[in-house]
Amino acid sequence: MFRNNYDNDSVTFSPQGRIFQIEYAGEAVKQGSVVVGIASKTHVGLFASVPGNKKSKADLGARGTKQRNAEELSSYQKKLFEIDEHTAIAIAGLTSDARVLSNFMKQQCLGHRLTYGRPIPIHTLVGMIGEKAQINTQVYGKRPYGIGLLVAGVDENGPHLFEFQPSGMTEEMVAFAIGARSQMARTYLERNIDKFADCSKEELVKHGLRALKESLVQDKELTVENTSVGLVGLTEGPKGRPIIEPFKLYDGFEVKTWIESVSEGQGGEGPEAEGETAPEGMDVDS
Amino acid sequence: MDHRPQAWGRPRDDVYGAYDHSYMQDNGPKQNTQQPIVTGTSVIGIKFKDGVVMAADNLASYGSLARFTDVKRLRPFAGTSIVGFSGDISDMQYLDRHLIDLSLSEAYESPDKPRLSAANLHRYLAKLLYSRRSKFDPLWNHLLVGGLDDAGEPFLAAADLLGSTYSSPSLATGFGAMLAQPIMRRYAPDEESAKKLSREEAVNIVKEAMKVLFYRDARSLDSYSLAIVTKDGVELKENEKLEDQSWAFADRIKGYGTQTV
Repeated sequence: MFRNNYDNDSVTFSPQGRIFQIEYAGEAVKQGSVVVGIASKTHVGLFASVPGNKKSKADLGARGTKQRNAEELSSYQKKLFEIDEHTAIAIAGLTSDARVLSNFMKQQCLGHRLTYGRPIPIHTLVGMIGEKAQINTQVYGKRPYGIGLLVAGVDENGPHLFEFQPSGMTEEMVAFAIGARSQMARTYLERNIDKFADCSKEELVKHGLRALKESLVQDKELTVENTSVGLVGLTEGPKGRPIIEPFKLYDGFEVKTWIESVSEGQGGEGPEAEGETAPEGMDVDS
Repeated sequence: MDHRPQAWGRPRDDVYGAYDHSYMQDNGPKQNTQQPIVTGTSVIGIKFKDGVVMAADNLASYGSLARFTDVKRLRPFAGTSIVGFSGDISDMQYLDRHLIDLSLSEAYESPDKPRLSAANLHRYLAKLLYSRRSKFDPLWNHLLVGGLDDAGEPFLAAADLLGSTYSSPSLATGFGAMLAQPIMRRYAPDEESAKKLSREEAVNIVKEAMKVLFYRDARSLDSYSLAIVTKDGVELKENEKLEDQSWAFADRIKGYGTQTV
């Protein structure tokens, strides 16, 4: 009776000019657990954590950052994926759709290395998945990808962080967060945005983890089981030329000291954070 | 008068006799390029301390006929690399258009900074040539690519119509591989000695080699292009003339050209 008549496919506009299938796909991204990305002048960091911290479950799941699924005994979901030596993605949404895009990106990276002998520029790579995803919103019988990505990487122009949405929209960001309750993380990032450019690698991680903490549900904490960090950047090579510091994923005990360093300053919110009150509770998707 | 559309544009049968359809190659297998038609001769290049010098004459021959005498065979890419073409001129023009498209899309991707280094460009061209030869429709060229590699070091490499690649402190295509290469190797037998060459020395070596090529290569011209690529960009002079020619060595050679003896 009250069924929405305009949400059957991705090519039909509603009378208001909306395409509901794309909006639903955007909702799928908001269901996924939060991921944060921050770019400095030399590095890009990706950060992921998931609600729930049942330590005993850790052994059940795969390695990596774990998302606890609805069922108690299901495995944890990896959130950060290396695409190539110089680029990686963080995912929020339908994991199986992310697999399709990640395979596609890996292929493009290898293809570019073969034909040009260089790592693919991040802008080019993101443009490719943008085009690919947009086609799904305009061809009858296809559906949008139910996945949001943060694409981190470095190229000749330095570190880059891109946001990708199921609509095919891509945008370069200084710092961003997508997924459930990501508004809290974005609020933190917005407050600190001026500091990121000159951050060291360590400071970048601390900011990333603090942003993650903002998005955690009440009583939950960052733990070595539910947190992972990915870093890629540029370092000074011979003759002062920047060379790529390949993407590295930090898991489990590798993130222990980082987690401790941000939890110590619980009250004061770290050394330089101007311990503001809890972020304003904007429309937080559950 | 034959008004059938099939006869349009054909010589009239009543004037010229029946049209010989064997010229049309109606049957038989499809043939791709079997030989180059309008050709450019050698391209030579040598590395020096801070870059690469490359040269090629301005002649496009139609067989042994010096058909076009103002054809520029060195093409800069994105202001940072140089590509020298020998072999088929029409395939050169095809590749040139292709390279312009490539440089435009690269500039669009990153307007502030050129990104494809000479090494990247060389790899790309070699793959392009290889993919065409694998379709049995080769681009009939032998290329030299000069510039700087990703580490900012001088880069010089060749790619041929089969997609083969090779690299050396000095390189020459075609006849130049026999006539100019030994001269350049005298000055730059290895990478270390090329590292010691100054820009002036490298230019002089190339000029000397171009002169020898004009002396001994019957498909060559005394007007040529000379490109110098450094980190500051490409310096391309397209109307150089050979200087201080001496044909004394040919004094006693007889029996060719317009001589009446």
